[in-house]
Amino acid sequence: VTARYLGRRLLAAVGVLWAAFTVSFVVLYLLPGDPVATMASGGLDGEPLPPEQLDALRARYGLDQPVFVQYGQRLLAAITGDFGTSIQNGQDVRSAILEALPPTLQISAAGLVVAVLFGGTVALVATYTRVLWLRQLLMALPSLAVSLPVFWVGLVLVQVFAFGLRLFPSVGANGPAALVLPAVTLGLPTGALLAQVLAKSLTHALGEPYVTTARAKGVGRAGVHLRHALRNAALPALTVLGYIVGNLLAGSVVVETVFTRPGLGRLTVAAVGVQDIPLVQGIVVFAAAVFVLVNLAVDLIYPLLDPRVGVTT
Amino acid sequence: MPRPLAPWFAAAAVLLAACGSAPATSTADPGVPQPGGTLRFAVSSDQGCVDPQQVSSNDTIFSLRQVVDSLTDQDPATGELRPWLATSWESNADASAYSFTLREGVTFSDGTPLDAAAVQANFDAVQDLGARGSLPKGYLAGYTGTTVESPTRFTVAFDRPNVQFLQGTSTHSLGILSRATVAKSDDDRCASVTGSGPFVIESYTRDESIVLAKRAGYAWGSALWQAPGEARLDRVEFRVVPESGVRVGSLASGEVDAVGNLAQQDEAPLTAVGAQLLGRANPGIPFGISFNQATPLGADAAVREAVSLAIDRAEVVATVYSSQTKPATSALASTTPGYADQSALLPFDLAKAGSVLDAAGWLPGPDGIRTRNGTPLSVELTWYSNSPANRAAVELIQQQVRKAGIDLQLREKPISESTPTQQAGDFVANWGNLTRADPDILRSQYSTAGNNYYRLPPGPLDTLLAEQAAQPDPAARAAIVAQAQQLLVQEHHTIPVVELTTVMGVAADVHGVQFDASSRIQLHDAWKAQP
Repeated sequence: VTARYLGRRLLAAVGVLWAAFTVSFVVLYLLPGDPVATMASGGLDGEPLPPEQLDALRARYGLDQPVFVQYGQRLLAAITGDFGTSIQNGQDVRSAILEALPPTLQISAAGLVVAVLFGGTVALVATYTRVLWLRQLLMALPSLAVSLPVFWVGLVLVQVFAFGLRLFPSVGANGPAALVLPAVTLGLPTGALLAQVLAKSLTHALGEPYVTTARAKGVGRAGVHLRHALRNAALPALTVLGYIVGNLLAGSVVVETVFTRPGLGRLTVAAVGVQDIPLVQGIVVFAAAVFVLVNLAVDLIYPLLDPRVGVTT
Repeated sequence: MPRPLAPWFAAAAVLLAACGSAPATSTADPGVPQPGGTLRFAVSSDQGCVDPQQVSSNDTIFSLRQVVDSLTDQDPATGELRPWLATSWESNADASAYSFTLREGVTFSDGTPLDAAAVQANFDAVQDLGARGSLPKGYLAGYTGTTVESPTRFTVAFDRPNVQFLQGTSTHSLGILSRATVAKSDDDRCASVTGSGPFVIESYTRDESIVLAKRAGYAWGSALWQAPGEARLDRVEFRVVPESGVRVGSLASGEVDAVGNLAQQDEAPLTAVGAQLLGRANPGIPFGISFNQATPLGADAAVREAVSLAIDRAEVVATVYSSQTKPATSALASTTPGYADQSALLPFDLAKAGSVLDAAGWLPGPDGIRTRNGTPLSVELTWYSNSPANRAAVELIQQQVRKAGIDLQLREKPISESTPTQQAGDFVANWGNLTRADPDILRSQYSTAGNNYYRLPPGPLDTLLAEQAAQPDPAARAAIVAQAQQLLVQEHHTIPVVELTTVMGVAADVHGVQFDASSRIQLHDAWKAQP
């Protein structure tokens, strides 16, 4: 790994973060209304403030400045890692995100485990079995699972396993039992995606000459499948890791809502709902940073696993 | 958030309920109240702030109302103000200054005394609240200061008559917080507050829960409560459960004891398991249509009258709203003090709607839509998705008025645009409501001296609205307010349609959950039958 390569990637990363910051700023400012009006309207359930008081509040949050001045100020502060305070509740944006991060990491990690187990099993069995109908069923399963709405899956699981069978709690983030249903909800579509990629590359790998060689040397079918084909087929699956992390983050919005868990997803929904500009921007830039880091990590690890791939490409 | 799969869910919940726990019937006589226990209450959202003076969402008010005491309490049955922290009060002749006498021996949960200086600090600090403080700021409009005469005597003064302030003192928004709390910045107050109420905040986890614990030694309850001492429940857990199907399922399966804000489709699965449905119409301005009278259609009295005549309120209520909802019968909801029934002025009469429009020159066109001088009778109705029933309600009204040849065009806008839209007058007709347990809400909405969002022409209504704001005698004030309501409905300045009703689901073994005058809840008397 050369320093020049790293430098170039870091520069690109900064570009992505800046673009995320700028696009979110533009979108939030193009939206009609503003956060002060939203909050002061009290959800239409109370008397609206007179215009002069609204103007005073806008001044307090800096919303009365020309847009490009606001943009410049926010950008300069963001470079130092300061995204300001939430308009909604006055909390520091950085600490709000850091506070919401652990539960989301927890649920994402559990979802990833479910995804790998589910996706891996489906792909392995589908490519291994000689029973035609089972193979066809398993090959069709991922497409079905990918197209199921996460929201619906979560509600069905709650109805059946929490309210019906009472095996798991329906809400909350206390204890490992509360993690099961959300992890399954989050892991199913992600696992299905993984199964699609893995099954395809396994099928491809099984047609490679080294498989024939290994079989000729007397290695059993299962041995070839797990030791030779899977090792090679796992690499393409790694490249979709960035996509999977994105899936898990996006899924957390729905899963945290259905299962009443705290986290980044709920924070995002609340912030967008009241046009909390500093908080939304903080979350967007944070999510962009996660993507950039995951993809950079994948690119750096890939050549270590597969020496045929160089980093200079 | 996506709309829940409501019908599917209701069916599933009924099925599960049928094969699950045996339904219990709610008994008429709950027996002797039993102290102790934890009430688990599911609400749909967290406003991100635990300062009662800075919250406006019912979901959050439900819990924070229990943490603070108010100077007065308002009787939900009569609208009359009763003693709470204040034992007595009186106003000066023009209703611009109010003197209160406080009860002695009240302390905040940090041990400091609740005295006149603490009240003064609270009202002074309201002026420095930010955007979240619109409710208490409205109650203290024209505030010039509080004079402390003794530890239990003080006078609140305004630069104008302000009768609605007294009702404001009964709300959570002017609940009294400790001096240490109000000395903090408004943002810091959102993280923790200290009050003198029957419960204290034991813990607050953002977007997850607000847990209340009974305040030991509490002895200064409202005159309206059954027992004056400590609260009966040991603890109350307010859990935030955003998904409505999960909330209803939680109550049906016994994971929680109560849920707030039920929709029509939530009721059947809950009554099937024996839960109680408690409902009360929100006081204030009911949901209805108000025209922008600076537009040609809004200024046309015949059009306003025809829309009112063409709406079948009973059908709207039965089709869209929860079972305890009532059609609106005045410019104020029936739970508002000073409400006067105007239902005689609000008939459903399609034939008359037609003749009114005929007389005004709006004649039936080829496609059923009336026209005048080639202009179709097409009215744009702006509505907001702040209440889940709104879409179904306006769509049904659209079908109803179509029968009178009126083409209602629906324009949905996000709630954040409500104030800018109304300020700019960028609407022809508006669908909305406002919750307030005082008739002064009419002045803030319809007086041309105020915001005058509906661009009403100046007239006798202004005089009435100004007079009621300065009339300290409740009976005399009610008479003026009744005239104002009649005028508003008669001239169709507003077309009231339905009284938004707060419906809660409460488990069969929970008793004593009371609605206050603002249709929020008071839990001091609540108790849970112990197994």
